[in-house]
Amino acid sequence: MQQIINFFIRNKNFLLFLFLLTISLSLTIQSHSYHQSKFVHSANFVTGNLFSLKHEITGYFGLRKENELLAKENNRLRNQLEQFSETSTMSVRISDSLLEDIPYTYRTAEVINNNYSKTNNYLTLNSGRKQGIQSEMGVITSEGIVGIVDQVSENFSTVLSILNSKSSISVKLKKSGHFGSLVWDGKLPNTLQLIDVARLADISIGDTVTTDGRSTIFPKGLPVGVISGFNLDRGENFYIIDVVLFNDMTKTEHVYIIENRKAEEIKELEKTTKDE
Amino acid sequence: MSSSILLHGTRFLVLLLAQVFLFNNIDFLGFINPYVYILFILLYPVNSNQLLFLLVSFFLGLSIDIFSDSGGIHAASCIVIAFLRPSILKFSFGVSYEYNNVKVSNTPFGSRLTYFFLLVIIHHLVLFNLEVFNMSHTLFVLKLTLFSSIFTTLLCMIFMILFSKKTP
Repeated sequence: MQQIINFFIRNKNFLLFLFLLTISLSLTIQSHSYHQSKFVHSANFVTGNLFSLKHEITGYFGLRKENELLAKENNRLRNQLEQFSETSTMSVRISDSLLEDIPYTYRTAEVINNNYSKTNNYLTLNSGRKQGIQSEMGVITSEGIVGIVDQVSENFSTVLSILNSKSSISVKLKKSGHFGSLVWDGKLPNTLQLIDVARLADISIGDTVTTDGRSTIFPKGLPVGVISGFNLDRGENFYIIDVVLFNDMTKTEHVYIIENRKAEEIKELEKTTKDE
Repeated sequence: MSSSILLHGTRFLVLLLAQVFLFNNIDFLGFINPYVYILFILLYPVNSNQLLFLLVSFFLGLSIDIFSDSGGIHAASCIVIAFLRPSILKFSFGVSYEYNNVKVSNTPFGSRLTYFFLLVIIHHLVLFNLEVFNMSHTLFVLKLTLFSSIFTTLLCMIFMILFSKKTP
């Protein structure tokens, strides 16, 4: 007994080192599975408020660019509205019951912290559970997609960026309809890789890539980017396609969060089908 | 004693906030970020309690992790260098560093540079390996480690010169 106690006292530094190393390594490994650690994330009270304080100050620097983006988006939406009102000569009164049939709800939020130079990047947003944000909602800008909501606290939430080695988003080629997964190799913050597209697909540089409606997270047909180059993978059965994003991930300020009101129903249905 | 706690507490907070709000956003050449916060570990008093030192280093790393959503990678690399620091001190300043009451700010330039660079490169090697977490990207990790280490060491040396009190 005496010897055991002596052993502990003699090696107390090394044992504490091992103990702390185990904690941090387990946190690391936990963060490499899909959901990051429940405790170590920047959507908590202290970091959230510090980041929004910083955003209060630095938010003014990009106002001109943000205004241009908003004007461009307004213009596009106005054009769509014009087409819509031309096609439907009868004025359609949208009743509440009709609104319930539209499966997607959009909410706005501001990015208060943005990473893009690491291999696993996250963003922090200034709205959380109080504003109706939940985990697994899609996040987009007016120009393209940003990521998927990960952790949510009362007033803040973190977003798993598409610039993250864990992110994989199902997309399709607009022209031919072939679908694949959009992943990131960790190199350039404006270029992602589209994998799992069969060799049979007819692709060319400059083709547009959009989201496909297979997941419950993003609606169908949101613009993602254009093809800038492609190769065959090692097995020569699938393409690895470089996709240049429409949106600039390094300057994301205002985002929209998409809630799919049918998501729960779809997931439940898929779960019961899998169980059988 | 209390003034030393105050000094190191302030240094902890200032370096933490500077790292999170300033140095994490530098992105030199698109991927190089300096991790200047480990200056706290480099400058921690040499003859202090090793247990406390390990704990403080762990919390420093963990705080950085919470701010940058990175799991436990900074905590892990911080305690690795905190644990290895006595050996590196012995290597760079000679075996008798403990009895000579070495203060890092008063050491000759050459040995200080060795001390800084060794700890920085170990820290960055552990950090980037855990961050990338993929053996097939070893070359990328080594490249990242080398460039970031040079950048961090350079900044640490500059800060030492800028903020050192001239002792006659």
